[in-house]
Amino acid sequence: MTVTITAENITLCYGHRKVFDELCFNLKPGQITGLVGPNGCGKSTIIKGLSRILRTARGRINLNGRNINTISRLELARIIGVVPQIPLLPGTFTGFEVVLMGRNPHMGFFRYEGETDLKIALEAMVMTRTDHLAGRRIGELSGGEIQSIVIARVLAQQTDAILLDEPTANLDIGRQIEVLDLMRELCDRGVTIAIALHDLNLAAQYCDRIILLSGGKIIAKGRPEDVINESNIHSVYGKGGAVYDIDGKPVVVPKSARITGAV
Amino acid sequence: MDLTGNTPSAPVLKWRSRFLWLGLLIVVLLAVILIATAIGSVRIPLRTTGSILLDKLPFLRMPGIWTTAQEDIVWQLRLPRVIMAGIVGAALSVAGATYQGLFRNPLADPYLIGVAQGAALGAVIGFLLPVAGVGLSLGVVPLMAFIGAMLSVAVVYGLARVGKALPMSTLILAGVALGALLGAVVAYLTLTSGQIMRSILFWLSGSFRLSQWNEIKIVLPIILTGSIVLMLFSRSLNLMQLDEDQAQQLGVNVESLKVVLLSIATLITAAAVSFVGIIGFVGIIVPHAVRLIWGPDHRFLLPLSMVSGAILLILGDLLARTVIAPSEIPIGVVTALAGAPFFLYILRRRARMLF
Repeated sequence: MTVTITAENITLCYGHRKVFDELCFNLKPGQITGLVGPNGCGKSTIIKGLSRILRTARGRINLNGRNINTISRLELARIIGVVPQIPLLPGTFTGFEVVLMGRNPHMGFFRYEGETDLKIALEAMVMTRTDHLAGRRIGELSGGEIQSIVIARVLAQQTDAILLDEPTANLDIGRQIEVLDLMRELCDRGVTIAIALHDLNLAAQYCDRIILLSGGKIIAKGRPEDVINESNIHSVYGKGGAVYDIDGKPVVVPKSARITGAV
Repeated sequence: MDLTGNTPSAPVLKWRSRFLWLGLLIVVLLAVILIATAIGSVRIPLRTTGSILLDKLPFLRMPGIWTTAQEDIVWQLRLPRVIMAGIVGAALSVAGATYQGLFRNPLADPYLIGVAQGAALGAVIGFLLPVAGVGLSLGVVPLMAFIGAMLSVAVVYGLARVGKALPMSTLILAGVALGALLGAVVAYLTLTSGQIMRSILFWLSGSFRLSQWNEIKIVLPIILTGSIVLMLFSRSLNLMQLDEDQAQQLGVNVESLKVVLLSIATLITAAAVSFVGIIGFVGIIVPHAVRLIWGPDHRFLLPLSMVSGAILLILGDLLARTVIAPSEIPIGVVTALAGAPFFLYILRRRARMLF
C-alpha cells in the first residue's frame, strides 16, 4: 500500500498559541519531502500534527482521502511511523526490546511477538547496523546509538509513511549518509517520507521537495534548487549564506558578516 | 523463540529463563503456604498438614491420619490467614508495579493517589458508626473502607483531569494533597475516638488475624480478575515506558489506557486493604526487587511481582504471629524490618538497572 498525506488548511495550536494557520501541503509516495526552517518555526509541530499527537484546531489531514481523525491509533500506527527528535527511551530495556516495540501495531491484543516479528525486528537492526546493540541496555548507549535504535524501530513498524524529526542530529557524517540512503531506498519502494532537517545541504541532497517554513507560514515549496537560494535564506534566517551549484544541487556555505566586513 | 544462528546476541529476550523463574517461584509459593500453615502455636507436622490440604482438593482422598482438631486448625484458622496474606501480597505488588509503570516513577506505590487515606477514612467512619458493634468481619468497616478508597481516587481523578487529558504529574499532586487532607481527618477522628481507638489503630496498621474464608470468597475474584486484565495490558504498559507521544505513535491509546489501568489497580488495592487494613512497603518494594532481578518487561514483571509479593507477605505474617507469640507484631513492621535490608542488598548490587 502507498499513502498520500494531504493537509488541507490546517491550523495547529498549543493551547491558545497558534503555531500554524491555514497550512496546505501534501506528501506523496515515492518522494522525500524536507521540512526546513529556523529554530522554532514548527517543523516538529507539523510532525506532531501529522501523527495526531496534536489535534488540528481547524482544517483536516487526509490519508488517501480518509480523515485522520476517524482512524484508530492502532491503525494509524500501521500507516504512519515517527522518529521523534530527542527520543526518550527507558534505560533498562535492551536495544532489541525497544526495536521490537515497533511491532506493536501489528500484533493482536492477546498475542506475543511471534517468529516473524522477531525476524523483522532483527532485520531492521541489521539494516541500521545496530544488531550488535540488541542485548545492550539503552542506558549504556550513546545518543547516536539511541537514535539509530529508534530508526530501526520505525523500520520494524513497516509503515506506509515515515516522518522523521531531525533524525541525523546526533549522528556522525557516515551515519547521516547511511540513514538518509536508507530512507531513499524505502522511498523508492513507495514509502512516503517527510524529514525535518536543520542541515540545508543534507536536505538539498536527499529531498525531492522542500517546504521552507518560517513565522507560521510556508515561505516556499518545491524542488531544492528552486527553494534553497540566497534570497530565501537571507529572508528566513536573517543571515547570509552563499549558495553554490554542485552537481546540480544547491550547496549552502555560511557567510559571516564579520569576516566579509573585515575584507 | 529461537534466535540462535541469526545473531551474536541470542539471549536478547531471555523469555525461556523468565518462564522458568516464574514456575520456580510458584513452587516456592506452594512450599511457603504449606510451611506457614504447619507452623503456629500448635505445631502440626508438615506431612499431616500436607495431607489435610491435599485431602481438600477435589478427587483426592488421603488416608485420615489426623484429628478433627488438627483439621480445624489447618483449614479454618491457619489456611484462610495464609491465603489472605498471599492474595493481599500479590494484589499490592501487581498494583504497585502497574502504578510505577504508568507513572514512570519509582516512588509510586498503590497508595500514591489516595487509596490508603480514603480507605482509612472510610474504615474510621465505619468504626464510629453506631452499627459498628457487630465487629470487623464482613461488617460495615470493610465496606466503608472500600467505598472510601474508591471515592477518594475518583475525587483525585476528577481534580486532576484537564479537558480530555489526564496529566500524570497533576494526578500525583492531587493525590498527595487529598491524601494529606484525609490523613489529617483520620488522625483527628482516631485521637478523639475514645474506647475504640485501639481497634482503629489495629486496623490502620494492618493484620491478617481475622481473615476468614468468606472474606477470601469476596476478595479473590476481584483481585484475580483485575490482575488478569492488568496483565493483558502489559505490552501497552511496556510502550508507556517511552514517552506518551511515542507510545501513541506506536498505536497505544494512552488516555484510555490510563483510565483502565488506574481504575483496575485502584479496585484491586481497595479490595485488598478493605479487609486487612493498610499494609505498606510491599507494593513499592516487591516490583522494584523483581525489576532489578528480572528486568523491566511488564509481561513478566506483573506475574513475577504477584508471586513474589504473595511469598513475602505470607512469610511476613508467619513471623508476625510467631516471633512473640501469643501476641503479634504488626505485619507492616515485620515486612519493613525483614524486607528493607533484603531490598537494600539488591539495590546496592544492581542499582544501575533500577529505572
